[in-house]
Amino acid sequence: MSLVAVTRSEYTKQFSTAGWWVLAIVLVVYVAFTAGVLALVFGGVASGRLTGSGPTPQTDGLAGLVYSSASGVGYVFPLLVGTLMVTTEFRHKTLTPTFLATPRRGAVLAGKFVVGIVVGLLYGILGSAAAVAAGAGVLSIFGVDPELGSSDTWTLIGRMLLAFALWAVVGIGVGTVVRNQVAAIVIVLAVTLFIEPIVRTLGGLVSGFSDVVKWFPSAASDALVGKTIFGAMSSGGGGALEWWVGGLVLLAYAVVFLVIGLFTTWRRDID
Amino acid sequence: MPEGQVLELTGLTKRFGAVSAVDSLDARVEPGLVTGFLGPNGAGKTTSLRMLLGLVRPTSGTATIGGKRYADLASPLQTVGAALEASSFHPGRSAANHLKVYARAAKLPTSRVDEVLGLVGLADVAGRRVGGFSLGMRQRLGLATALLGDPGVLVLDEPTNGLDPEGIRWMRSLLRHLAEEGRTVLISSHLLAEVQQTVDALLIISHGRLVFQGGVEDLADPDEYATVVDAPDRAALSALLDERGIPYQLLRNGFTIRHLEPVEVGALAAGADIALSNLQSKGASLEDIFLELVSGVRVHASAGGTTVPTPEVPAAAPTGVPDAESPAPAPAPVPTADPVPAAAPVESLPEPAPSTAMVPVVTPAPAPRAAQPEEPRSSYSVASTGVIDVVPPAPAPDQAATDTTEVQR
Repeated sequence: MSLVAVTRSEYTKQFSTAGWWVLAIVLVVYVAFTAGVLALVFGGVASGRLTGSGPTPQTDGLAGLVYSSASGVGYVFPLLVGTLMVTTEFRHKTLTPTFLATPRRGAVLAGKFVVGIVVGLLYGILGSAAAVAAGAGVLSIFGVDPELGSSDTWTLIGRMLLAFALWAVVGIGVGTVVRNQVAAIVIVLAVTLFIEPIVRTLGGLVSGFSDVVKWFPSAASDALVGKTIFGAMSSGGGGALEWWVGGLVLLAYAVVFLVIGLFTTWRRDID
Repeated sequence: MPEGQVLELTGLTKRFGAVSAVDSLDARVEPGLVTGFLGPNGAGKTTSLRMLLGLVRPTSGTATIGGKRYADLASPLQTVGAALEASSFHPGRSAANHLKVYARAAKLPTSRVDEVLGLVGLADVAGRRVGGFSLGMRQRLGLATALLGDPGVLVLDEPTNGLDPEGIRWMRSLLRHLAEEGRTVLISSHLLAEVQQTVDALLIISHGRLVFQGGVEDLADPDEYATVVDAPDRAALSALLDERGIPYQLLRNGFTIRHLEPVEVGALAAGADIALSNLQSKGASLEDIFLELVSGVRVHASAGGTTVPTPEVPAAAPTGVPDAESPAPAPAPVPTADPVPAAAPVESLPEPAPSTAMVPVVTPAPAPRAAQPEEPRSSYSVASTGVIDVVPPAPAPDQAATDTTEVQR
């Protein structure tokens, strides 16, 4: 019962400030742009309108690759929104009234977890819609089949929604461990934009390294979604996890962070 | 109508490393009264309140609301309403949405949001973002949050902070009204004057320890009074007083003489042919007593065994005082009608009474922050007129040993 109340409270909290839709707009623009450019390049080369420097890619499965950019580049957004769900509470000291209303602190985190999944799914829908709209639009200009009727496309979108939801709860875990908002944002951006891409690129080059790298969160996420530009360009798909293992790994990251946070920062004195 | 609950702190202690923010605090707050929780900045008020509310984990001891810890309350917001600081808001959220968040958590109907916003006078700005609110408006929103669950207990930290005079007046009458309904109202402040007119009972802490517990009327002793006298020829008057060995303080508004009736002072001056420009009686200032209590100069019996005896007077430790819960009369020397300057009745110090109007800052306090080497410092006093005089340190340090507070000039 209490969990329903605290979830409703967290839901109101999440959607009564501007943060979520500002990030959502940036997500849509960013994903649409990326998918559009990818569709332009791949579609143009595949259809022969643009001259490629390498071998001509096949048009089969090209649409899925373009659409997967939603999670491939957009996963930072659910991660950020999840992190902010926790760190804003510390930053604006709203944890005081929150814990006064719900002294069982674990329940607050559980409520955030549920709302995090809701926000993650919402971002997943927005991101997928942006990728499909921009990608399919550009692909059809070049006469490449957008594959909107294909069950593969819809499976891909379903898995992307799952990935978005999991990234949001990973973000909540990160925010619970790293209370400082600025520090948390810097860590999230540094890891997702610099550290992981670099290490994964190296992992594709050094043999044996990819067995470690495939357990990284973004690699697990790509495995879950099944197709990525990153995977297509670097590792060659050799060391990738099964899609469901990828999902479990991502969930494990979220749970580990949440448990660490629950027993450290979440138990601390609030002042 | 929710019932007020008794708040009880038992041996409540919070240590941050070696520093005791709150040190074995025993206190009881009764329903139906407005209780003021006083102490200087850093005395441990906020930490005590946060321990009561389950936000800070006590090092030892307990704090209960109607016998239950905060975390064990079935419906916390309907039992206790608290406003701890004027900044617990997301600046981007509207006032109404802020309240809605906590109404949802406490399973309260959202109609309650509009009710409390109307109650605190924020109905017109319900949809505005809190980021644009003034401190006074935030204070009101904090109070609205506290009142959301219509609780029987209200715990407010510095509720009048940032309010304009009209707002302070409104807040006072609201708190009185809530207490008259039978609720428990606990408000903290670092200024006695701010709560003096509102509170029925007082808890005073200093350096994390209880120094007074009881009614406002127990704070001041009716036998403490002073005569204020002034003359155009102040030199002659001070010479006369010196000659008679009468201790006095020279403040802006004249000489303050303790335990001497105006009629006696007047007769004295008349006998010496000194024309007076002012002669009046004044009661003991509660602010003075408050400052003495928190600085450790004065020890009140209601503090029970919790007060650390000052090093000079180990025998005077009020260890025999049995109760810290009821403001029993002090077991100190019985006040006499003797108008000769004597020890203040509630003093347990065997030394001649320090003046009650001047609080030396160099008193040996148990806290580490008072551990600086003894050096003459400016003391200060708050006269009943509200004028704050800064008094330069005594010229002769040896004089301060026996009579720390009398400053002659």
